Amino acid sequence: MEMPAPDPAILSRKAHLAARLSKVLPADALITDEAETRAYECDALTAYRCPPLLAVLPRNTKEVSDVLRICHEEGVPVVPRGSGTSLAGGALPTADSVILGVARMNDVLETDYENRIIRVQTGRTNLSVSGAVEEEEFFYAPDPSSQLACAIAGNIAMNSGGAHCLKYGVTTNNLMGVTMVMMDGTVVEIGGAHLDAGGLDLLGVICGSEGQLGVVTEATLRILRKPEGARPVLIGYDSNEVAGACVSDIIKAGVLPVAIEFMDRPCIEACEAFAKAGYPMCEALLIVEVEGSPAEIDHQLGLIKEIAQSHNPVELREATDADEAARIWLGRKSAFGAMGQINDYMCLDGTIPVSSLPYVLRRIGELSQQFGLAVANVFHAGDGNMHPLILFDANKPGDLELCEEFGAEVLKLCVEVGGCLTGEHGVGIEKRDLMLHQYTADDLEAQLRVKDVFDPQWLLNPAKVFPLSVTESRRAPALAAE
Amino acid sequence: MMRPESEADLARMIAEAKGPLNIEGGGTRGMGVEGETLSLSALSGVELYEPGALTLVAKAGTPVSEIESLLAGENQRLAFEPADYRGLLGTDGTPTIGGVFAANISGPRRIQVGAARDFLLGVRFVDGAGQIVKNGGRVMKNVTGYDLVKLMSGAQGTLGVLSEVSFKVLPEAESMATVSVAELDLPGAVRVMSAALGSPFDVTGAAYDPDSMTAHIRVEGFAASVSYRCGELIRILGAHGTAERQDDTADLWQGIRDVAAFHGRDGDVWRISVKPSDAVELAPRLGATALQFDWGGGLIWALMPEGSDLRKVMSGVGTGMEPIPGHATLIRASAETRARLGRFEPQPAPLEALNKGLRNQFDPRGILNPGLMG
Repeated sequence: MEMPAPDPAILSRKAHLAARLSKVLPADALITDEAETRAYECDALTAYRCPPLLAVLPRNTKEVSDVLRICHEEGVPVVPRGSGTSLAGGALPTADSVILGVARMNDVLETDYENRIIRVQTGRTNLSVSGAVEEEEFFYAPDPSSQLACAIAGNIAMNSGGAHCLKYGVTTNNLMGVTMVMMDGTVVEIGGAHLDAGGLDLLGVICGSEGQLGVVTEATLRILRKPEGARPVLIGYDSNEVAGACVSDIIKAGVLPVAIEFMDRPCIEACEAFAKAGYPMCEALLIVEVEGSPAEIDHQLGLIKEIAQSHNPVELREATDADEAARIWLGRKSAFGAMGQINDYMCLDGTIPVSSLPYVLRRIGELSQQFGLAVANVFHAGDGNMHPLILFDANKPGDLELCEEFGAEVLKLCVEVGGCLTGEHGVGIEKRDLMLHQYTADDLEAQLRVKDVFDPQWLLNPAKVFPLSVTESRRAPALAAE
Repeated sequence: MMRPESEADLARMIAEAKGPLNIEGGGTRGMGVEGETLSLSALSGVELYEPGALTLVAKAGTPVSEIESLLAGENQRLAFEPADYRGLLGTDGTPTIGGVFAANISGPRRIQVGAARDFLLGVRFVDGAGQIVKNGGRVMKNVTGYDLVKLMSGAQGTLGVLSEVSFKVLPEAESMATVSVAELDLPGAVRVMSAALGSPFDVTGAAYDPDSMTAHIRVEGFAASVSYRCGELIRILGAHGTAERQDDTADLWQGIRDVAAFHGRDGDVWRISVKPSDAVELAPRLGATALQFDWGGGLIWALMPEGSDLRKVMSGVGTGMEPIPGHATLIRASAETRARLGRFEPQPAPLEALNKGLRNQFDPRGILNPGLMG
């Protein structure tokens, strides 16, 4: 992975920069020791590592503003970091950058049940936002798989989704306001407890901008009352095509499940070996979950079972109690862990139109043969967000590169059928160089212009999202100005 | 009037434009921008509809009615319930899907399913230099690059002229009913609506009509489920007033969506977005001729004496009262009032700098609906 060469002028000013930052931060919030900065050398995309110049761990908006102002004055790049769970390398440092970690900013600032909002500092983890309102039977809906660890800051940067977004939407649909610090230290307030902030939809473009437009320090989030209950049904089929048709029929019938998960045979086998959830051995497995009162759940599951039966399933199992529900989810929830037990793997995240599902699965199978690497598919079928897991051996020379090549072919396939490169993980560095497969240079130029407005010097989270060739002319003047 | 028949035509016309353009979908909202009218009405037609994937792609000038009847054939709908402004504004014309998304027009169901912008999956547009740009796509989850889709929704054509939109649709509900709670003053109504919206009963509308002193709570879904939830809502809301179930309330909700209560009445019309509980304090301050409340109190429609500056009242300036956060849009007023007060809420300085910066980048000559958003 090509990264821009670090600026020697910045590297040589490390002591000077540290001295300036130490004046605005408590002593334990500034990390300059090389052994300690190594803790920030990568995120969950561990194949790529680079220790930053320095790391800072501010406690509030004021400290973030001071740090950014100083870095802006010094012309030093800043890489914002939530909990470091990005699978796309969204928080990968460059050697001449300052890592700005929000982990110490994890307070709940306000909970308001009457208006159904919570305001938090963005270092707070996703699950602990729900945890803060659990007593009143409320929850925060977006639920990425990493929700135990991932921070709201990262969720906003990547516009994170989750298994239940078919009903509740992704981060952007649940974010109502932010306090954001611009690269020059200016603090802006956008939106709040009211719906649809005035002016242009800045909130909409900030969410999912991968930390390149500003550092969000506080967020107002929509909270919802928990449903009375939820229950899944497990449906097995002997072909991917039939399972895909079943998903389409469920959606067309007017039932809107909260989740429709899909696993193929390699994934079922791995999950079964790992978690022993009692899954049937078949080509395709669906987990469909609905919510409501017990009677409402019975009614919806009745409709779903009727549709499922019309496609001749090899297995149809309904949870009758919480234990059975947990067992149905057990395999799915341990899918990634199960695959990790067997092999190193790379998790892709392309989205496709649901109607292309059988074709795409068939093509992935063919590519798997061609590249000689096994692949298991587990994904959110209701919204077409695929998660093919390509298995490889990190200790075998050339295997990672082969895996990346295979992955790129799969993502190109997603674009070819009318989908996109990434549904919820973000572009980061991982998919940066594939962007020109989805967008023309002119399409990307329109996105770069947004960056020009928010961060004219191009200092925030460098070398992410866009191919380096596309951003070169913008990064060059910034460097030349040194 | 310019009336492009293809996206290429549109791009050429904008590139060759010598002066300001007044961008128009179906002309139902008459934005009153000075300049040559650029009508999208000939750029019309549904290009793709996949009911099983809940997605539809249409050219921007496609009439909303055409899309709604196509969806009805598959028992689906535009869940964000876009309002029809013709009655309120006394205009004719045909609402278009591009206009709906360019203005982010959302009705009562916004509180449950989201706004128009939350349903928009992809756009094609022509920027102020005549460049065709694509962003997003036709899948429901997409974080590939910056989200210009959201930025374009609600930009009122000032960043680019939409040529094609791709959006999510949802199944039509099998059944609908309304729990109406009578004899409520505004504080009581906001309490009732908050209780309903904070319940697990999936409320899809929460509006209050001060004239009849009645709050309306809507539930939708399978018939048995609607009955169950109405029963539960009557049980928890009954403590606040007389709560009873009403059926056949489609017209009631269409009236709430289109602000039927103000049709044919003189005065300026303002649309205010606030935190629902703030409606209680703001409403009496306004000196309004008439008021209507939607979104649990978070959306206030105010019929005001002509020329009054409602934003000044909201800000509390000169009264010693606390400002109330939110924003107000001047929906209907004389040209003089619109010019003096501005249609959209002016933004605080740092945000206005970002708004202006974006407009300069996307429309460097300042020809797309100039002055409309600042």
